[in-house]
Amino acid sequence: MNHKASPLNRKFWTPGVFVMLVFMIAGFVSIIARFTGGIGYVSNLSTARPWGLWVGVDVATGVALAAGGFTTAALAHIFGCHSYEPIIRPALLTAMLGYTFVVLGLMVDIGRSWAIWKPIFFWNTNSVLFEVAMCVMIYLHVLYFEFIPIVAEQFKNKVRLPGPLALLNAPIDLFLKIADAVAGKIMWILIILGVVLSCMHQSSLGSLMLVAPTKIHPLWYTPILPLLFLTSAFAVGYPMVVFETTLVTSSFKLNSEMSILTPLTRITTFVLGLYMLLKLGDMFIRGTYVYLLDGTYQTNSFIIEMMFGIIVPWLMLVSKKVRQSRKGVFIAATMIVFGVALNRINVFIVGYTSPVSESGYFPSVGEIFVTLGLIATLMFVYRFVVTFLPVLQAPKEVSS
Amino acid sequence: MQLTRRNFFKFMGATGASVAVLPSSAQAWQSKAPPDPYGCLVDLTRCNGCRKCEDACSTVNELPPPIKDVCDCTVFEKKRRPDENAFTVVNRYFSGKLDELDKPLPVFVKIQCMHCQDPACVSACIVGALTKKENGAVHYDVSKCIGCRYCMVACPFEIPAYEYHDPITPRVRKCTFCFDRISKDGGLPGCATICPVEAITFGKRNTLLELAKKRIKDNPGKYVDHVYGEKEVGGTSWLYVSSLPFSKLNFPQLPEKPSPKLSETIQHSLFSYLWSPILLFGLLGGIMYKSKKKNDNPQDKGGA
Ligand code: SF4
Ligand code: SF4
Ligand code: SF4
Repeated sequence: MNHKASPLNRKFWTPGVFVMLVFMIAGFVSIIARFTGGIGYVSNLSTARPWGLWVGVDVATGVALAAGGFTTAALAHIFGCHSYEPIIRPALLTAMLGYTFVVLGLMVDIGRSWAIWKPIFFWNTNSVLFEVAMCVMIYLHVLYFEFIPIVAEQFKNKVRLPGPLALLNAPIDLFLKIADAVAGKIMWILIILGVVLSCMHQSSLGSLMLVAPTKIHPLWYTPILPLLFLTSAFAVGYPMVVFETTLVTSSFKLNSEMSILTPLTRITTFVLGLYMLLKLGDMFIRGTYVYLLDGTYQTNSFIIEMMFGIIVPWLMLVSKKVRQSRKGVFIAATMIVFGVALNRINVFIVGYTSPVSESGYFPSVGEIFVTLGLIATLMFVYRFVVTFLPVLQAPKEVSS
Repeated sequence: MQLTRRNFFKFMGATGASVAVLPSSAQAWQSKAPPDPYGCLVDLTRCNGCRKCEDACSTVNELPPPIKDVCDCTVFEKKRRPDENAFTVVNRYFSGKLDELDKPLPVFVKIQCMHCQDPACVSACIVGALTKKENGAVHYDVSKCIGCRYCMVACPFEIPAYEYHDPITPRVRKCTFCFDRISKDGGLPGCATICPVEAITFGKRNTLLELAKKRIKDNPGKYVDHVYGEKEVGGTSWLYVSSLPFSKLNFPQLPEKPSPKLSETIQHSLFSYLWSPILLFGLLGGIMYKSKKKNDNPQDKGGA
C-alpha cells in the first residue's frame, strides 16, 4: 500500500477559520436564546409547522450527506477495492462529524433535550422515528470506534501531557493501546454493522413522512420513498467525497485524487441513473406528472430537484470527457449533492402542507443562524482534526 | 481486520440461526382500534356558540380561562385553533342562509382532538408517550415525551399544540377527552356536561353512530348525509353531524385509510425480528470474507 495518511501540520488560523468563527458565535448566541426563551423565541415553528429547517437540513440532509462514510467503507473493506483507501479516512471523518452534528442539531430541535436518552428505554416499534433514532445512536458509536485506530496511530507511545497531567500519560497510553487492539479485532464487525445500520436508517428517513399521507405533496409522497432515500444516499455518497476531497485538496494545495475519483464517478453514474429511473418511473406510474405544469412553488422545487440535481449531472457523468476532467467531475458532484439536499428539504419542508391553517413557513433568522453555526463548527473541527491527525494523504514529495 | 475463518463461521452461524426462526410471512396490518370506545357526537345544528364548553374545558384541565368576549361575537371574527392554552375552541361560519330577521345564519363548530381510532400521533410517537386507551381517549404521558413533535407532524387534524416558549420542559398539549373523568363510572367530559343545548352527546361510539344516522334519517333536509368521523382516517371517537357540508366548515377531507397503515406495514415487513438487517449482515460478511481471501493482505489493519 502506498497510502500513507499524515497530519497536515499547516498553519491553523487562516482568514477562512475566522469567518467560520463568526458564524459559530452567531449560532452559539442563537442556541443560548433557544435554551432561555424556548424554541418559539428563536424559530418560526408552530402547531401547523412542527418541523422546519432544523429537521429538514441539520438532521435529514446531514444524514444523507454523511453517506460517504458507509459507501466508501463498503467499497474498500467489504468489496475489497483497496485502491480507494486514501479517501476512506476523510470520508469516515466526515461521517463521524456529520452524525455528531446531526445529534447536536436534534438536541436543539427537540423540546426536552435532556430527555434524549428516553427512547432507549421506552420503545415504540411502530414509530419510524424510533428506528431511525436507534440506528443513528448505535451508528454514531460505531463511527467513533472506527476512528480509534487513527487517534492511536498518532498518539500511541507519544502521550506527553504537560506539567502535573504527566501522571496520566501512562494510563492514557495504555487505554489507547487497549482500545486500538480491541477496535482492530472487531473492526470487521464494526464495518459491516456500520453499513447495515446505514442502510436501515437512510431508508427509514424516507418512511418518516409516510405517516402523514394527507400532508405531503403527491410529487414526493410515494410508498417507495424509503427506497428512493436509500438509492439517493448511495448515489450521493461518492459525489460528497469528491466534493469534499476536491475542496480540501485544493484549499490545502494537496495532490488531486483524480485517479481514485474517476472510477468512483463511474459507480455514481450507475446508481444515480437507477435513482433517476426510479423517480421518473414512480412519477409515471402514479400519474403525478399532471402536477408538473401547475406552476406552484412546490412543483417548481420538484422540477429543479429533478433537472439540476439528477438529470443534468447524470448526463454530464455519462460523457467520458467530463468524467476525466477534474472540473467537470467536481461540478457534477456538486450538483448531485445539491440535488439530494434539495430532495430532503422538499420532502420535509417544501412538500409539507398543513391540513387546516395556511402555514407559509420560512425559517427565522435564529433558525438559520443555528444551522449555519453548526455547519461552521463542523468545518472548524474537520480542519482541526486533519491538521493534527493522520487523515489526509500526505503530499507526494513527503510520502514517496 | 481480524476476520479469521473460525471467527467468520461462528458469527455467520449465529446469523443463519436467527434468520431461520423467522416466521414465514410478516403479518398483514391490523387495526389496533379498541372495539367499544366512548365517543362524543357533536350536532352542529344545535350549537349556539355560547362557548361554555371552552370555559368548562379550561376549568377541568386547569388551563388559563378562554378569551373573554367583550362585546358580542368579536371573538368569532378570527378563526381560532386549539393551542397550548385551549384544548377546544368554537368558530363561527356562515351558511349563506338568512334567519327570520334577515340576518345571516351562523353555524358554530367546536373543535378539539378527534381521538382517532387508529391515531397517527400514537403510531408516530417515538417513545409511546401517546397511547390509545380502551375507553377511546388518546392519552399523553409527559414523563416519556422527548419533544420531537413527530406526533404533530403526523396528526391529520393539526391538533397537538406545543409549549414553544418553554425552553426546558415544554409539553405537547391537546384535548385529553377528560381521561380521568371518563375513566370513572358515570363520568363525563367537562365540555359535554356543560353544553346547555345538548350539542355534545357523550356515549359509546357505536351507539352514537346509530344516533347520528337516526337524526339524519328522521329530519330529512336538515342534515347533510355524512357523519364526519365515521370513516375518516379509519374512524374517530368524536363524531359530527351538520347542516352544511363539512368541506365548508374547514374540516379536512380525509381518506378512509388509517394514516399509520402504510408506514407500519412497511416498517414491520422490513424489520420484524430484524430479519432484513440480519440477512444483510450475513450477506456482506460473506462478500467480505471472499474478497479478503482473494486479495489476501495480512497486514491490512484498515485505516478505518
Ligand atoms: S386528532 Fe390528531 S392528536 Fe387527536 S388522536 Fe387523532 S391524530 Fe392524535
Ligand atoms: S413530541 Fe412527545 S408525544 Fe409527540 S411524538 Fe415526540 S415524544 Fe411523542
Ligand atoms: S373532552 Fe375534556 S379536554 Fe376535551 S374538549 Fe372536552 S372538556 Fe376539553
